[in-house]
Amino acid sequence: MAGDVSPGRFASAMKDAVITTVIAAALFFFLVAYKTTLVTGIGLVLEQRWDRYLWLLVAVFVLRFSWLMLTGGRVRAPKSKVTITPRGDVMRYAGIALLLLGIALPFIITATAGRGQRLYLDLSILIMTYVMLGWGLNIVVGLAGLLDLGYVAFYAVGAYSFALLAQYTGLGFWACLPVAGILAGFWGMILGFPVLRLRGDYLAIVTLAFGEIIRVVLLNWYSFTNGPNGISNIPKPTLFGIDFGRGEGNFADVFGLDYSSSHRLIFLYYIIFILALVTNWVTMRLRRLPVGRAWEALREDEIACRSLGINTTNTKLTAFATGAMFGGFAGSFFATRQGFISPESFTFIESAIILAIVVLGGMGSQIGVVIASVVMIGGIEMLRNLDLLKSVLGDNFDPNQYRMLIFGLAMVVIMVWRPRGLISSRTPSIALKKRKRIGADMVAQGEGH
Amino acid sequence: MEYFLQQLVNGVTLGSIYGLIAIGYTMVYGIIGMINFAHGDIFMISAFIALITFLALAALGITMLPLVLVIMFVVAMVFTGIWGWAVERTAYRPLRGSFRLAPLISAIGMSIALQNFVQLTQDARVKPLAPQIQGGITLMEGANENGAIVVQLSYMQMFIIAVTVVLMTVFSLLVSRTRLGRAQRACEQDQKMARLLGVDTNRTIAITFISGAGLAAVAGTMFLLYYGVIDFYIGFLAGIKAFTAAVLGGIGSLPGAMLGGLLIGLIEVFWSAYFSVEYKDVAAFSILAIVLIFLPSGLLGKPEVEKV
Repeated sequence: MAGDVSPGRFASAMKDAVITTVIAAALFFFLVAYKTTLVTGIGLVLEQRWDRYLWLLVAVFVLRFSWLMLTGGRVRAPKSKVTITPRGDVMRYAGIALLLLGIALPFIITATAGRGQRLYLDLSILIMTYVMLGWGLNIVVGLAGLLDLGYVAFYAVGAYSFALLAQYTGLGFWACLPVAGILAGFWGMILGFPVLRLRGDYLAIVTLAFGEIIRVVLLNWYSFTNGPNGISNIPKPTLFGIDFGRGEGNFADVFGLDYSSSHRLIFLYYIIFILALVTNWVTMRLRRLPVGRAWEALREDEIACRSLGINTTNTKLTAFATGAMFGGFAGSFFATRQGFISPESFTFIESAIILAIVVLGGMGSQIGVVIASVVMIGGIEMLRNLDLLKSVLGDNFDPNQYRMLIFGLAMVVIMVWRPRGLISSRTPSIALKKRKRIGADMVAQGEGH
Repeated sequence: MEYFLQQLVNGVTLGSIYGLIAIGYTMVYGIIGMINFAHGDIFMISAFIALITFLALAALGITMLPLVLVIMFVVAMVFTGIWGWAVERTAYRPLRGSFRLAPLISAIGMSIALQNFVQLTQDARVKPLAPQIQGGITLMEGANENGAIVVQLSYMQMFIIAVTVVLMTVFSLLVSRTRLGRAQRACEQDQKMARLLGVDTNRTIAITFISGAGLAAVAGTMFLLYYGVIDFYIGFLAGIKAFTAAVLGGIGSLPGAMLGGLLIGLIEVFWSAYFSVEYKDVAAFSILAIVLIFLPSGLLGKPEVEKV
């Protein structure tokens, strides 16, 4: 492949790269070469940045040209076939390995990271939260095939239920957690009802609208939610009544350890780790129960489902409610971790990130969600502290600004490269005689009809 | 009564802008059955292109208003058209024939990328533009307990409504009378068959994206002139409302998109005027949900029958 560099190929790659560069020149002319800057007293002024513009074009040319020379322009990964592998294959061992790694992670971090451990613990908690959200949404999107773009609404309901309960009744995290989950599940049912008849894209847009409605209500209902100022002083979780602060009667004191602020983080990590495992476990069990089978049948073909006597209304509602409930749990965890919530945290972008994790991981694949969260969230967060890039591109370069741009582009690239997600084969929940793994092309995933 | 009339005028103006964006959604959905989630951001980009063109012209010393306006519209339409084409070419065409969700996810990614691209290159602050078309005519004068109320139709509003009407007429003729329009309608009905009969479907789809982006550019330029403030985030809400408009009117139908746009504009304006400004987005979204639940094929759309 790469060795085959014929003159014809060189010429065509050259021509293509020149055309691409010309188009890029047209695309970026206004938005990169000129910048509108607001100057006090004068108004908008145009700033010219030809150097940046030219560098960008050179980059486009070089990338396109070398890409064509190296690959011949093939983008798509080869089509996955139906592969038959014995039961208990690599995926299972990978799962066990990840589980052990998950249990040991805080200790590995505290042992190796030294001073930077808070950062890494925080990052692990963040990734684990997204793993849990991904698994929760996987029930709705991956199993039942209902595309939900407003999942963040349930996350918000969970967070606000806990925060408001704590504020008005003084209850702690553990008492509020089930209530928050139940309330979120209840909202899942309420929002699920009207959209039962919708399919595919329409469902996606209506759920998106619901997500925005909940956010706008939280933002404007000052008397109850404190509006854009949010709710602060949300209580931290305790270990059977033992707090993690400094001083007598607290965790470090009771167990005879030196006080460290990492203890609370490790505790939080284990809470979200266990919550996520519960989500996973419940999902795996539900898949084998009649309701789980009904979800998967619904995803494959709704009409066939109905003609076989499955109550599609109840099936969809349970999927919505179950997914929403786990979103609610994750939400109240988020509230207790942050200690402060405001509607700002529950924008559409969150829903998009969670959906991206589910889809990029390979819908319906539990391990795929883990890999996608680590790659997307971890990778993006890592950009924050890349000093290497800074040394190449100068001190003014702030990689943090490029996070969401790269995130969006990564979504496009991964979709084009592997539309079925990273893990694109799966074991059917039930099988006749012998278990096989099948390529995802065989399953009609997430089409919602 | 005067208050009502004034809101009616404002609502029709806003509705025209929504309607023009909605056409982009409705055409793309009609032809390839996907929600072009990045369309709202294409609209946002066009507003920026128009603003930069305006500033560049001012720097060159060209200030004759009609000329400036014409150049702004033409430049915005051309360059936004290229953006629409590029987005289709890179993010959607490779996914054609893939499963249904893939283009939608790709479009969401594109939308996030475009927003952040503009935020990066043009920073996050709002960009103001002083009103260029001033003055207007007074339609009616009345009085209430607070003093005189004047129903005013500004020249800007007249301009927006006139441009929309002209564009809609031209566009409807384009779709119903020309070879290109026929190819478009053929692709909409059956892509495979259209290809067999010699229609270049890829080209037709690309042109659909370009013309949708062009109309969004007109809407973006008028938005800039009418409101005088833009930022990188205007595409999201405008996009969702325009999509609502397309669904309300019946997705796939051009007159439907325009009708839907007008209705959404009117609902939003009247809701803000008589109930509460804070919840105007909730009103628009609720309309979307209600329409989809009770009237899934929209006001002017054809009902979709599922065959087994």
